[in-house]
Amino acid sequence: MSSTQDLKPDTQPDLNIERDVGNFHYDTQYEFDAGVGLTEQTIDYISDVKGEDAWVRQFRKKALKTFLDKPLPTHWASKDLENIDYEKIRYYLSKGQRPSRSWDEVPDEVKQTFERLGIPEKERAYLAGVEAQFDSEASYSNMKEDLAEQGVIFVGSTEGLKEHPELFKKWFGKVIPIGDNKFSALNSAVFSGGSFIYVPPGVKVKQPLQAYFRINAENFGQFERTLIIADEGAEVTYMEGCTAPTFETSTLHSAVVELVALKGAKIQYITVQNWSANVFNLVTKRGLAMDGAEIKWIDCNIGSRLTMKYPGVIMRGPGARGEVLSIALAHDGQHQDTGAKMIHAADHTTSNITSKSISIGQGRSTYRGIVSIPRQLKGCKNNTECDALLINTNSRTDTYPAITVRGNQSTVQHEASVSKVSAEQIFYMMQRGLPEDEAMSLAVNGFVNDLIREFPMEYSVELKRLIDLEMEGSVG
Amino acid sequence: MSNLEIKNLNVSINGTQILKDFSLTVPKGEVHAIMGPNGTGKSTLAKALAGHEDYEITGGEVFLDGEQIVGKEPDEISRAGLFMAFQYPSEIPGVTIANFIRAALTARLEEGETFKAPAFYKELYEKMDLLKIDRSFTSRSVNEGFSGGEKKRCEILQMAMLKPGYAVLDETDSGLDIDALKVVADGVNQMRGPELGVLLITHYQRLLNYIVPDKVHVMFDGRIVQSGGPELAEKLEAEGYDWVKEAAPAGAGA
Repeated sequence: MSSTQDLKPDTQPDLNIERDVGNFHYDTQYEFDAGVGLTEQTIDYISDVKGEDAWVRQFRKKALKTFLDKPLPTHWASKDLENIDYEKIRYYLSKGQRPSRSWDEVPDEVKQTFERLGIPEKERAYLAGVEAQFDSEASYSNMKEDLAEQGVIFVGSTEGLKEHPELFKKWFGKVIPIGDNKFSALNSAVFSGGSFIYVPPGVKVKQPLQAYFRINAENFGQFERTLIIADEGAEVTYMEGCTAPTFETSTLHSAVVELVALKGAKIQYITVQNWSANVFNLVTKRGLAMDGAEIKWIDCNIGSRLTMKYPGVIMRGPGARGEVLSIALAHDGQHQDTGAKMIHAADHTTSNITSKSISIGQGRSTYRGIVSIPRQLKGCKNNTECDALLINTNSRTDTYPAITVRGNQSTVQHEASVSKVSAEQIFYMMQRGLPEDEAMSLAVNGFVNDLIREFPMEYSVELKRLIDLEMEGSVG
Repeated sequence: MSNLEIKNLNVSINGTQILKDFSLTVPKGEVHAIMGPNGTGKSTLAKALAGHEDYEITGGEVFLDGEQIVGKEPDEISRAGLFMAFQYPSEIPGVTIANFIRAALTARLEEGETFKAPAFYKELYEKMDLLKIDRSFTSRSVNEGFSGGEKKRCEILQMAMLKPGYAVLDETDSGLDIDALKVVADGVNQMRGPELGVLLITHYQRLLNYIVPDKVHVMFDGRIVQSGGPELAEKLEAEGYDWVKEAAPAGAGA
């Protein structure tokens, strides 16, 4: 069961990590810049630039107060959080451009970014349905015509709140309230960018909607805000992937993602993150599943200095289903503190958590989960499986599963395992001709293979490549 | 110089000397069997040849077609043409046999060469048919949940696909029932030919009923004490190893 006493305070001094993965940077001129530090003036600046309605400005200001009042969760989480210097962060940067509508209008720099991300030429046309975030603002957004014809709305947060308040205002900040945690409050105060999606009743969006975004300015926190609403019987898959350039000083990424699956709807949210080793990645993700609805989080965390992320599903309607599949890879100087929250709030709800973590060198991975099934509910099921793989003897993994099941009308299963790549395994593979790092890479890919199969093809390929890159130089 | 030549090999594990001036030459195209009682250093020989880091080579040389392999990494030795069939093959969860063999073949590609998947699968299925391995096998994880016989057949399948110049089969017969033994022996016999030298390490003579060796060597206390033809194996079967110990040179097996 959950125990936090043995979480030692750990601070990380200078990270000396050679890293070429995603290590690129383009000079960008910013038209709007809120400067460093966070005050009410910062909020006004952001709201003015965006031309927001008064209710949004008030929402931000309320959130700012909550953020300033709330303590850091260092009583249970990493003390490394105390190293974030909020006075040195730029909370808003924008090129001031309207989201582009066609590929031709996309700036060359952005196209270069796409190229670095390895998106094949063929897929660029397919990316006509992409919302790509280049710094704060969506620089490129173009919906495929058939999507628009089906009434699907796929816009940035600013546009969503301004143009479609009748759709988004009802759920905005409701799944994850401002005061959920200190970082959801921070995001609520300074959010910009992200995707707002509405899928009308019965519409099944065939191709996944994608957003590639990245951080491209030193000391610039990225606070994107995403809200996806699948109306009754609707189905949608959303994919996000990130690479970030390496900088000297810490970068804060703190997103909020809210999903609402109304009766019988299905939402699948896929993330592949590969942050550079100086990024604090503190993300709040939660979905609300109504009667018979299904929400599935597929989450892959590679890189970052500290990631804290526990995607959750509140199963509010009978028969709702929630699932979290998560892969985390922690390298030297990195801490992946990830997990899942499954809140059963109706009868016959089912949740499933599969978590696999890999710790390399002095990397540390932590599984932290909550499963809650109240006494009065019946027919609820949860299955939790956490597997950890340690590459080196000094790697570290911890598991803190908090499972609260009251009453006797529900079933819960929990399995956890820790394994290590053995010297005999590596020798066996090397005897077949594989160099040591390839052997290690193959063992790691094998460990996550059944989960990677759940990812869409292009992501699973990218993921395997990322794992290969991460394993280079991890042995010997 | 088409041979596997082992010259005065000395090997220690944790400071204890196991192989003592061990010498043996296996010409390409021949099958040599090494027999001997337990604890005499047979498996140590296999692991040391393959470059296992726990087996410290304190002296001697090993040439693979004239190329010195002492001091090379296990993967380099493998790519140089030495295959070892393990007595206890490791499990690799999540990695299918097909992908594993594919990775091993890919590691052997010359620069500029590309992997040809259709030809690979065609050959893989042919070899699997020969070894009476079910097609569904290719999607199972390497050795995970395999029976003893399946593991050994999987070893021989890998050998057939990697086409080494020399193969060391370490107690490949252990844990096999007679049917599995025949299948494995058939596989080895089919690969037998001028392009392959085999070093067959076994405790029992029974494997040699199915794979008839060109030469038999008796090993005791870290070195070869007698060599001969297949009839030597029969003598061991009939008389056991006691006479070997008595016949061993003074100082051996103290």
